[in-house]
Amino acid sequence: MRRTRAAAASAVTVSLLAAATACGGGSSTDGGSNDSPKTLTYWASNQGASIEADKKILTPELKKFEKQTGIKVKLEVVPWSDLLNRILAATTSGQGPDVLNIGNTWSASLQATGALLPWDAKNFATIGGKDRFVESALGSAGATGSDPAAVPLYSMAYALYYNKKMFEDAGISGPPATWDDLVADGKKISKDGKWALGAEGSNLSENIHHVFVLAKQHGADFFDADGKPDFTSDGAVAAVKQYVDLMGKDKVVAPGNAEYAQNQSLQDFAKDKTAMVMWQTAATTLKAHGMSDDEWGVAPVPVQSGTPGADTAVNSMVAGINMAVFKNTDNIGGAQKFVKFMTSDAEQKLLNKTYGSIPPVKAAQEDPAFDTPALKVIRDTLAKSAAPLPQVPNESQFETAVGTAVKELLADAAAGRPATTASVKEKLDEAQQQMPKK
Amino acid sequence: MTVTAQPAVGKEAPPGAPAPTPRRRTGRVRRNVLPYLLLLPALLLELLVHLVPMVIGIVMSFKELTQFYIRDWGAAPWAAFDNYTVSVDFDAPIGKALLHSFFVTCAFTVLSVGLCWLLGTTAAVYMQENFRGRGFLRAVFLVPYALPVYAAVITWAFMFQRDNGLVNHVLHDQLGLTDSPSFWLIGDNSFVALLVVSVWKGWPFAFLIVMAGLQNIPRELYEAASIDGAGMLQQLRRITLPSLRPVNQVLVLVLFLWTFNDFNTPYVLFGRAAPEAADLISIHIYQSSFVTWNFGAGSAMSVLLLLFLLVVTGVYLVLTSRGRRAADA
Repeated sequence: MRRTRAAAASAVTVSLLAAATACGGGSSTDGGSNDSPKTLTYWASNQGASIEADKKILTPELKKFEKQTGIKVKLEVVPWSDLLNRILAATTSGQGPDVLNIGNTWSASLQATGALLPWDAKNFATIGGKDRFVESALGSAGATGSDPAAVPLYSMAYALYYNKKMFEDAGISGPPATWDDLVADGKKISKDGKWALGAEGSNLSENIHHVFVLAKQHGADFFDADGKPDFTSDGAVAAVKQYVDLMGKDKVVAPGNAEYAQNQSLQDFAKDKTAMVMWQTAATTLKAHGMSDDEWGVAPVPVQSGTPGADTAVNSMVAGINMAVFKNTDNIGGAQKFVKFMTSDAEQKLLNKTYGSIPPVKAAQEDPAFDTPALKVIRDTLAKSAAPLPQVPNESQFETAVGTAVKELLADAAAGRPATTASVKEKLDEAQQQMPKK
Repeated sequence: MTVTAQPAVGKEAPPGAPAPTPRRRTGRVRRNVLPYLLLLPALLLELLVHLVPMVIGIVMSFKELTQFYIRDWGAAPWAAFDNYTVSVDFDAPIGKALLHSFFVTCAFTVLSVGLCWLLGTTAAVYMQENFRGRGFLRAVFLVPYALPVYAAVITWAFMFQRDNGLVNHVLHDQLGLTDSPSFWLIGDNSFVALLVVSVWKGWPFAFLIVMAGLQNIPRELYEAASIDGAGMLQQLRRITLPSLRPVNQVLVLVLFLWTFNDFNTPYVLFGRAAPEAADLISIHIYQSSFVTWNFGAGSAMSVLLLLFLLVVTGVYLVLTSRGRRAADA
């Protein structure tokens, strides 16, 4: 009896433990088909103030598409925090949507899985050709030298949003053009519970975007020409240290920002607690937080003092959303029609106006609606001083590894342990060694 | 259970007794097969849900499985023991980080299970007394166990926020216990935050199980002890705790396994990059597999974790059954 009980207990234990190694796998067939030509599933990334807001914006457009083509589109708006995992799961199981949005920085990583339909000349022809799209946007749609894995949908770039009243109160005449100016202005603002600059210290991607730009300004990159990680070069270390120092040494970023990851810094900005934020397209969200358009101004993100100067130095990554088709879709023809519809001039104007982004389609970009002061800064940045994040298969791992290192350094800075060159180098070295060797 | 399908012959069959009819034979066959048939769906499900994925996980741990192969993982190159050697190379960052998260998990598990058991047992013992409002209190105690984990933990994450959270509001603003508002979701305090949530979530289960165990202790024992002059503490030490031993053995084992493998609490509290101080092994393995997309290494770490838990559980079962045998003797 005792033995039976022990055996039963062991069996239960093994079952409980088995979950630890449960790791699914699967394969899918190559190439799409047209087995179900009347339906499509679309995973849209969360672009607006909320998932509900996105549904409200997109549903009438999908109805329009249904009316034109007879194809019904089942929409699911996926929050950013879940999107990559969901795509990964869909890739593994082969049970994904037909069409989906991806962050453009993931293009090369997702391309490496082989799950996305490559946009070769033939496929591009079905949506009006490659030439319709802006060059820099296409540059972040897949690994250099191969057919894009996705089609650009919304383009964005970072700009410096500043609170006019807080600047006035501190006696500052205009937005800073260089980091030295920003720190000097920041010291005037950062007192009595108010802070100069907002940050999202626990948001890994946000950390990456800023240190990538700073690294470019220090003449460094996080990958060498062969696509191998190179996180510990002097320029990369200086870039990460400069970013962390804004909180730890210069004290122009509130320590509390180290745990922000849910866009709280934008709320602080709207509530006059923080005078500046570096953001991609904040207009709609600021409005949702009750801030009117005349309360804030937009300027390019600062650059280092001296050469090459404000107009030419990199001050943003090429941000944006791409639209991809799952290779094993049951409605390849419909998926291409849907991409064509979403990237048509009319829809591009409408959707980008609504989301406050810039159309990556040249013809749509000409619309005067994209000439507002705020959008003009972003448009100019995209045209002159934005660089795409490294288009290497390990990009998403880089975001996690280096993004986490920056998060930990910011947590230290918030706790009163400012970064040193050695501590930054050590963290980046650890991050580099955690990257896959291939 | 050892009945055969053959008709009974020999001593039991009285002479002249009618031979068993074919119908009866079929009935016996049915009785023999029926239990297995009834077990079959459960066995099949067990096979599909647990054993097959486990075997797949073990195979994956021997493969060089990255994003290049996740669509067709069978085609991933064979890596032999590479994933294992990388995981246990404690001088290199990957092994060092795994060892760190292992120690964090051990400390977290010991503290969490210990506190859950202590709180659960204390509450259950007090709830034995009949007093007004006992039913209400019992129900209230079980609330954390009844709430959906995600909703409960995300609420804790709000309360632990540095600038707007309730925890700092009470500790700093109202009680003045800290010089400045503390960070709970990043840095060293994150371990404390994780422990608090884990204990809050886990102790009602201990309470429930211990309370059920207490129901089985005959009242007469306490009455007799009381007549013999045993006080409350002595009754607890001599009657309650020894009687609860079998219940506690299962309770501690289950709490240990749940806590050691807990993924939901740290993931909802900290997101996909947990702070170093609260980097539990489950999150660490998740990161290796689903964030760094190194599924081979992640699977190898899972297998190592499985082996560790099997050894600990085995030793625990042997020790407790020995203890029980000694007690029986």
